[in-house]
Amino acid sequence: MSQHTVTLYPSRQFKDNARSALGDTELRHSLRTAMDFLMAKRLSAFPDENELETLRTLGETIRQRCLAKLPTLLEQLEAKLTANGIQVHWAETPAEANQIIQGLIDRRNGKLAVKGKSMVSEETELNHHLEAHGVTAVESDMGEYIVQMAGEKPTHIIMPAIHKTKAQIAKLFSENIPDTPYTEDVDELIQIGRKALRHLYMKADVGISGVNFAVAETGTLCLVENEGNGRMCTTVPDMHIAITGIEKVVEKLSDVVPLYSLLTRSAIGQPITTYFNMISSPRKEGELDGPREVHLVLLDNGRSQAYADTQLRKTLQCIRCGACMNHCPVYTRIGGHAYGTTYPGPIGEIISPHLLGLENTSDLPTASSLCGACGEVCPVRIPIPEMLMRLREESQRPANEHVAHPLRGQGAGRTGKESIAWRVWKGVVGKASHYKLFGWTASHLRALTPVNQPGWTQNHVPMKPAAKTLHQLIKEREAKRS
Amino acid sequence: MSARDNILGKLKAAPVTPVIEPDTAAHFARFASTASKLELLKHWAAAMRSVKTEIIWVTESNWADKLAARVTATNLPDLLVSDTPHGTKARAALANSDVTVKVFDRPVDEWKESLFNDVSASLTRCLCGIAQTGTLVLWPDSKEPRTMSLVPPVHFVLFDTQTLYPNFFTAMDAQQWSAGMPTNAVLVSGPSKTADIQLTLAYGAHGPREVIVLACLPEGVNPTLLEDAA
Ligand code: SF4
Repeated sequence: MSQHTVTLYPSRQFKDNARSALGDTELRHSLRTAMDFLMAKRLSAFPDENELETLRTLGETIRQRCLAKLPTLLEQLEAKLTANGIQVHWAETPAEANQIIQGLIDRRNGKLAVKGKSMVSEETELNHHLEAHGVTAVESDMGEYIVQMAGEKPTHIIMPAIHKTKAQIAKLFSENIPDTPYTEDVDELIQIGRKALRHLYMKADVGISGVNFAVAETGTLCLVENEGNGRMCTTVPDMHIAITGIEKVVEKLSDVVPLYSLLTRSAIGQPITTYFNMISSPRKEGELDGPREVHLVLLDNGRSQAYADTQLRKTLQCIRCGACMNHCPVYTRIGGHAYGTTYPGPIGEIISPHLLGLENTSDLPTASSLCGACGEVCPVRIPIPEMLMRLREESQRPANEHVAHPLRGQGAGRTGKESIAWRVWKGVVGKASHYKLFGWTASHLRALTPVNQPGWTQNHVPMKPAAKTLHQLIKEREAKRS
Repeated sequence: MSARDNILGKLKAAPVTPVIEPDTAAHFARFASTASKLELLKHWAAAMRSVKTEIIWVTESNWADKLAARVTATNLPDLLVSDTPHGTKARAALANSDVTVKVFDRPVDEWKESLFNDVSASLTRCLCGIAQTGTLVLWPDSKEPRTMSLVPPVHFVLFDTQTLYPNFFTAMDAQQWSAGMPTNAVLVSGPSKTADIQLTLAYGAHGPREVIVLACLPEGVNPTLLEDAA
C-alpha cells in the first residue's frame, strides 16, 4: 500500500513567506488585534503577580520532575492504561503513527473519522494519510473545521483560524456547506457548524483526539476544551484513538491541577475551560455508552533527541498554551503560516528543529529578535531565548565537529560567507593589537564605507564607523578630567 | 527492536537530572480562599453565571417541582432522565404535564440517532462543585451515562451545595480521586462555547447550549442571602 510521505521543508521558504506575509495588510491587522486581545486577557487572568510567579515555579518543577522520570513514567502509564483496558501503541516516526491509526480504523472497516483538536496529528499529517487510504477525517473543532474547509493549516496552536475574518468564513461556509446562506453573524455561523458536525458524530466510525496530559498514576487521558467537540469525539463513536507526544505524561493526578490552571489562563485568559475531560477506560460491562475500544498512540518524532541534551530537554516542558506566540513580535507580524511548520512562533522555533532536523529548519531559530517576551510569559518557564541561541550555535557548528549529542542537521545553517565573516571577526577581536588597528582603519577610512551593504541597507540606513573610536573618546575624556 | 524499545532505550540512555519534588498541596494551601461557606457559594454562583449558566436555588423537597416548572415554562417538549432515584422523582413531578419523559435505559447504540435528533433536555446529578472556577464535576456511571450531559441541547444538573469545594485541588484531594478514576469524569463550567471566529464568543458550540443548575441548599437557608452579592 502506498504511504503518504510527510514533506515539510519550511525553512527554505521561511524568508519568502515572511516577506509576503508582511505585505498582507488584512492579515497583519487580524493578527495584531487578536494578539493584543489575547495578551490583555492573559494579564487579567493573573491579577496576583505573586500567585502567578509561584504557580509558574510549581508548573516548571512539576514538568521537570516528570521529564526527569520520563522513561519510568511512560512504562507506568502504559501499564496503568493497559490494566484499565486502553491499548497503547508506540511510534518513532509520523509515518509509523499514521500507519498504526489507519490499521486500527481498517480493522473495523471504518470510513469516517471525527477529530478533536490534536496538534500531534497535524504533525503527522494524519488527515492526508487517512484520506489517501479511503478514510474521511473531519476536523470538528470550529477553528480546525474552518481551516480544513479552506484547505489550509492552522495558523495558531490554540486559535487555528485566527487569521480569518468572519467575512472570509461566511463565504467559505456558504460555498461549501449545502443550503447555507451567506451570513456574517458569528452566532449563526457557529450554529451552522454545529449542525453540520452533529450529524457526523452520530455516524462516525471512530473519534480521534489529542491529549493534554496523560496521567501515569491513574492511567487517565485529560483533554482540555471549550466546545464539547472533544467530548463528542471521545464519547460518541465506538472507537476512540488518542495521539500524543511522549513528553505529555505527568506522574500524578494532582500534577494536572496547577498545569491546567496555567494552561487556560496563559492561553486565553480563562480561569478554566468549559470542559476538562478525563478518560480512564473504554466502556465497561454494564455501561450504556462510550467507545468500546480506546487506544493511545505515543509519538517520539525527534522528541528523544531534545531529551538527550539536558539543556534542550527543557523544550519538552511545554504545555502548548500558545502564550509565547501571542507575545512574540515576529509571530504577530507574520502569522503562523510563514513558519511552514506545525508549531509556529517561539515554541515552533525551538521544537521544530528536533522534529524536522536543522537541515529543514535552520532559519527558524533566527526568526527572533531575542526580546525575551516568550520566556517571560511561558507558564512553565522554558528559557526560550536561551534555547534559540543554543540552536543557532548548533546550526553553525561544523557538521563534522564531534559533540556528545549531535543534533540532526548540525551545521545546516552555515554558509560560506557567514563562516568567513565570523572567522574575520574572531581575528579582529581576538587580539588587542588587531582590534586597535581595525578601529584606527575604520575611523580613518570611514569615507570609503560602501553605501550598499547587503543584508542591511534594504531596510536600514547604511552603517558608518564613527570618526573616533570609543577607546579614543574615553581617552580624551579622561585627559580632560585630569 | 520495536518502536517501544527504541524510544525507551533512547530515553534511558539520556543523562539523569535531579528530581525536585514540588509541594503542590502547600501551594494550594497558601493561596486558599479564607471565605466562609456562604461566600464560597456566592463566588461559585457568580463565576458560573459569568459563563451563561442559569442557577435555580432549590431544596431537597422542592427541586423536582422547580425543575418541572422550569421545563414547562420554556415549553421544552421532553426531558431525558436516568434510571435513578432522582430520575424517578423528576419523572413523577412531570407526570401530569405535556412533557415527554424519556429514560436512558438501554445502550446508546440502539438509539443514537434518536438521542441526537429527538431529545431536547436532560437531567443528571453531579459529584461536587468547585467554587474558585465556577465548576461542577460530573461523574457518569452505568446508571447515568456520559452522553446525557453532552448531547441534549439543554442540560439540567442537580447539585448538592454541601459538596462545594474551594478549588480543584481540594476536591480531588478530599475525595481521593487518585485512588481510582471512573471510565470518564468531566469538569463542566457552563454551556459549550467557542471564540474561534474572530475571537467573538458564541455559546452552543457542540455540547449543550444551556446549562441550568438546580442548586440544592440545606433546608432553612434563605436563597436571598445568596443573591445580594451574587
Ligand atoms: S513554550 Fe511555554 S509559552 Fe510557548 S506554548 Fe509552550 S508552554 Fe506555552
